[in-house]
Amino acid sequence: MRIGAIVTRIIQQMRRDRRTLALLFFAPLLVLTLMSFIFNSNEANLTLVISNGTPPLIEKLQAVDLHIIEQQNFSVEQLKEQQYDGWLILGQGNVRLTLLNNDPSSSKVLIMKLSQALQPQQDAAPSLTTDYVYGDKDTAIFDIFSPMLIGFFVFFFVFLITGIALLKERTSGTLERLLATPIKRAEIVAGYMLGYGLFAFLQTVIIVLFGIYVLDIVHVGSIWLVLLINMTVALVALSLGSLLSSFASSEFQMMQFIPLIIVPQIFFSGIFPLDNMATWLQKIGHLMPLYYAANALNGVMYKGVTFSEIATNLAVLASFAIVFIILTTFSLKKYRVL
Amino acid sequence: MKHYAISLDNVEKSFHHKQVIAPLSLNIPTGQLVGLLGPSGCGKTTLIKMIMGMLKPDNGQIQALNLAVPHQQLLSSIGYMAQSDALYLDLTGEENLNFFAKLYNLSKRERTQRVVYAAQLVRLKDDLHIKVANYSGGMKRRLSLAIALLHNPPLLILDEPTVGIDPVLKKEIWQELMRLKNEDQKTILVTTHAMDEAQKCDQLIMLRNGYIIANDTPQALKTQYDAQDFDEVFLKAGGEVL
Ligand SMILES: Nc1ncnc2c1ncn2[C@@H]1O[C@H](COP(=O)(O)OP(=O)(O)O)[C@@H](O)[C@H]1O
Ligand SMILES: [Mg+2]
Repeated sequence: MRIGAIVTRIIQQMRRDRRTLALLFFAPLLVLTLMSFIFNSNEANLTLVISNGTPPLIEKLQAVDLHIIEQQNFSVEQLKEQQYDGWLILGQGNVRLTLLNNDPSSSKVLIMKLSQALQPQQDAAPSLTTDYVYGDKDTAIFDIFSPMLIGFFVFFFVFLITGIALLKERTSGTLERLLATPIKRAEIVAGYMLGYGLFAFLQTVIIVLFGIYVLDIVHVGSIWLVLLINMTVALVALSLGSLLSSFASSEFQMMQFIPLIIVPQIFFSGIFPLDNMATWLQKIGHLMPLYYAANALNGVMYKGVTFSEIATNLAVLASFAIVFIILTTFSLKKYRVL
Repeated sequence: MKHYAISLDNVEKSFHHKQVIAPLSLNIPTGQLVGLLGPSGCGKTTLIKMIMGMLKPDNGQIQALNLAVPHQQLLSSIGYMAQSDALYLDLTGEENLNFFAKLYNLSKRERTQRVVYAAQLVRLKDDLHIKVANYSGGMKRRLSLAIALLHNPPLLILDEPTVGIDPVLKKEIWQELMRLKNEDQKTILVTTHAMDEAQKCDQLIMLRNGYIIANDTPQALKTQYDAQDFDEVFLKAGGEVL
């Protein structure tokens, strides 16, 4: 009942705060779209050279939107020269694919489309060998990048908006006033988690659907798992935002947490490769929620793993949230001893 | 043993080693309108927050309605009005009232009734649909008072309730406080630094630098200090030369 009162109030307040709503729902989409333009510009037009191809196969490949060039005598030199995305040679029982890989994300898409087209063949699946002209199979950027990016945006915006909302509650004196009513501290925290959780949930759904269906971010795993991970991320952001707001005394101070709390997480969570970093430094990443979020999201969206394989990551994230929620409840003791 | 609505026993409070409330004991009888009088900065708000359980005294015990402070249940029996208006500016007056009413677990019917009653009392009935951000200072003060009265508590603790309210409404609010005391047997503790309000109290507690310098009925104080008004009582009781 009391929790419900807080939830209703938050909804009323948010409905009137159009700017915050816009920030929550549209800003992530805007940034995500810009990012996808930068990293994904030529994905739509993939050109594949085929040697010894059969007409049904070529038809199938064209069906998955590949631009096909048939050429029997082709070479890697020509591939480089012409800047085609790949070269497929069909031999007896084996298929050899050479990828230019100047843009790792195009290569990934090409492989995905190829495997889509080759799979339904009834006869023994031909073994596919893949060579790379540039780099190797591990050089993917936006594909590894984008699942984490989704998690990051959920985290960032939810953190900021809850933090500032709770801060306003503190500075306007309404929090102290609340604690002069019989409401329990845990009820206040629960009301906040539910009220803002609702908006975080909407935001998560919008970002995920937009990313997957509009921006065509690669996702092989279950979309429900993606939503589940992002909801857990939102919960961590919610609870961390509320907790840290008790250490800020103005909106500006709340913004100062961005370089302190948010930016390091970007560097350590694996959005950028960490291989060159000292091991002890890499370990710092293990203290950061986004590290686990990125692991789980990358696993599901890029590698297509199932629930059991991300369960540990989810559990760690949930533990972060629980710890932050408990600490937030304690931080309210500043205002009332009970 | 007499029943007191509020009793303080050797309560003491310092902020950063600066004593704000000297050890003081104090009893407030049930069913009385008690005024806590003193200049700004003398510790009135601090004392009230300790009674509410919002601040922890460094020493001493506080009891309210026979419960040891702090006590969760106690808070549903106290109507509290803070010195600074703590309202949700982006909500309307009515939404604010409804929100607080829900926190006191009033049933839906009670809630509607009490919201209308409280709004009527402070003359805000026609402005309930307006966002509080557009209220004047006096209107906000009145809304805060309405919130304190919402759940019909036996004990009212009001921190400077009439600051910024025009004289006509101020008079009406005092009339209502008297009525609440007389008809509904409520205990009311009011802080003020307006000496003209002192006369209306049953008991006056004068506070200075955290010390109680006088505590009696208004009439007795005037007689004792041979004073015309309470400014004079205050100065004489505080040991100052006129
Ligand atoms: N949280 C606090 N930290 C430090 N000093 C405080 C705090 N609250 C009040 N004080 C000091 O205690 C004294 C009494 O304040 P207060 O109780 O608000 O007085 P009044 O309500 O009578 O105007 C003032 O000198 C004030 O500066
Ligand atoms: Mg005060």
